[in-house]
Amino acid sequence: MHFRAIVFFIASVILLINSPVFAAAPIKIGALFAVTGPAAFLGEPERNTAQMVVEEINKAGGVKGHKIELIVYDTTGDATKAVQLANKLIKNDKVVAIIGPSTTGETMAVIPVVEKEQIPLISCSAGSKITEPVKKWVFKTAQNDALAVGRIFDQLRKQKLTKVAILTVSDGFGSSGREQLKAQAAKYGITIVFDDTYGPRDTDMTAQLTKIRNSPAQVIICWGTNPGPAVIAKNARQLGVKTPLYMSHGVSSKKFIDLAGDSAEGIRLPSGKVLVADLLPASDNQRKSLLVFIKDYQRQFKAEGDHFGGHAWDAVMLLKNAIEHGGDSPASIRDQLEKTTKFHGIGGTFTYSAHDHAGLGQDAFVLVEVRNKDWAIVK
Amino acid sequence: MPFDQLLQYALSGLSTGAIYALIGIGFSIIYNSTGIINFAQGEFVMLGGMLTLFYINLLKLPLWAAIPASVLTATAAGLLFERLAIRPLRKPTPINMVIITIGGSIFIRGLSMLLWGKDTHSLPPFSGEEPIAIAGATILPQHLWILGITLVIIAANKYFFYHTISGIAMRACSYNGRAAGLVGIDVRRMVLFSFMISSAMGAMAGIIVAPLTMTSYDVGVMLGLKGFCAAIIGGMSSGAATVVGGLVLGILESLGAGLISSGYKDAISFIILLLILFIRPQGLFGKAESERV
Repeated sequence: MHFRAIVFFIASVILLINSPVFAAAPIKIGALFAVTGPAAFLGEPERNTAQMVVEEINKAGGVKGHKIELIVYDTTGDATKAVQLANKLIKNDKVVAIIGPSTTGETMAVIPVVEKEQIPLISCSAGSKITEPVKKWVFKTAQNDALAVGRIFDQLRKQKLTKVAILTVSDGFGSSGREQLKAQAAKYGITIVFDDTYGPRDTDMTAQLTKIRNSPAQVIICWGTNPGPAVIAKNARQLGVKTPLYMSHGVSSKKFIDLAGDSAEGIRLPSGKVLVADLLPASDNQRKSLLVFIKDYQRQFKAEGDHFGGHAWDAVMLLKNAIEHGGDSPASIRDQLEKTTKFHGIGGTFTYSAHDHAGLGQDAFVLVEVRNKDWAIVK
Repeated sequence: MPFDQLLQYALSGLSTGAIYALIGIGFSIIYNSTGIINFAQGEFVMLGGMLTLFYINLLKLPLWAAIPASVLTATAAGLLFERLAIRPLRKPTPINMVIITIGGSIFIRGLSMLLWGKDTHSLPPFSGEEPIAIAGATILPQHLWILGITLVIIAANKYFFYHTISGIAMRACSYNGRAAGLVGIDVRRMVLFSFMISSAMGAMAGIIVAPLTMTSYDVGVMLGLKGFCAAIIGGMSSGAATVVGGLVLGILESLGAGLISSGYKDAISFIILLLILFIRPQGLFGKAESERV
């Protein structure tokens, strides 16, 4: 009797393990985000969003019957750590794909690792050099600076404004923006009549703005992330600068309006569509994804979903689609990712190809203006 | 170079300089009573701004009540810092004390980050945001507040150190601690006072500057270093020399940013710091003294 019971038990355990519901091994996906440290404003919403999306996918039955297991490591914004953790993800955790890192510096450091190990990487950082030139295993979801610059210059050309002053922050984000502004100006018939920078922690930019006030500039374009641009907005108001002020997508969050207060009125900037999702026309292709993302994020974290979370949302969904269309081996995921066409995500509409691993067009950005402490779309 | 442009640089520099001066005096008060450089001074500046914000946002206090509340809290923090970190030291050699203040500053910064997050915050200006025009240059009402409050604090400071018994006792300690002890002055209490006064002054500096420059858990580092520069230029005096040091620093920074390049703004103040330390370690205005005990 005893023996029978044991046989029965073992048999049922084997059956249980082999039954389809339990049989499918989870698909392991790695994620590297700067959850703490100076880039935490990127990494934190990215991690939150990635975990939220994976949870939802699993609740809905996973991908082709497989659950997804997300393994998140915190890089603290440190490139050396990012490389170590990428190796750990690949060698110890045996992930089939990696999402992140959050910053361009970390991504550039991780690229040689994933290229060598042949694991697809979907970066959440914006630098255009990540996908230019195209690397076989590297994709990205964040919009290029070049697109944001193009969106501003497009508007200036429409208004026939040609003399521009640029004021950029002296860090990676600012210098990349500065390069793009200078490179694209000629194409739009724009001359840069004034070019200066400020430090990321500077608290008074009246000196630079005084110089701009005495220059022939018709427009000021400032490229930075909070809090610098808010200081510039306040200083410009103090000095009575009447020249229209454009900011970068680096400050496209409510935080900027909070910081700059009344001085933010009338400032324009290119922004991803998350910010103005409810103002978009019903015909907009991204509207559906955007509203879902914002609603879920609000419910889960009691906070507004932002672009950065959006980059992670896009990365997870792109991977999910790729696995659905092909297998779950790294090579197949890579090939399917490259075949992605017209995926309407949060950051824009993605169409990857063998020559383009950034996948977005200028329609990823809308031009918004601050009116009555809120955003309005500039037509 | 048009006059109004120069005037604008000078005015901007003057208000930043006033802040540096306030922080610098905080450095020198502690230096004079204990002989150490309190590298946590910048963190009290940060605490001033962040605590005010905390009182306004969470306890819904009006601005005029939040400011004294925050100065008091920062003073209490200064008191605790002295009691818990400085006083228990068995062998108070300067190098030990300096390392302790650096540790203290990292601790305070980390704690504020955990409590209030990493975001930058803005404080409402004390009286409106309408720019005031002065001969082609413009300043904000907040700039006047900064200059005014700095003047009042410096005057009060002067009065305290020269015309009250406690102030005179503190000065006695700075000249010769042992002799002061012999005539019945409680030296340890005077050290405690000096920490309280300088943390209150730092907090006030952090509050009046926050509406212009905004505040976050990590603003203390840079402001602290600039205040330190001001104190060095002033030869670690807790009087007019440090004030002049702060103002000179502020104006040079602003002129440097305006006339040369803004990229060199911070470099300018640190080059000045190094030059002073190399050439005139007794400060710009000090007489060369023999070792101060």
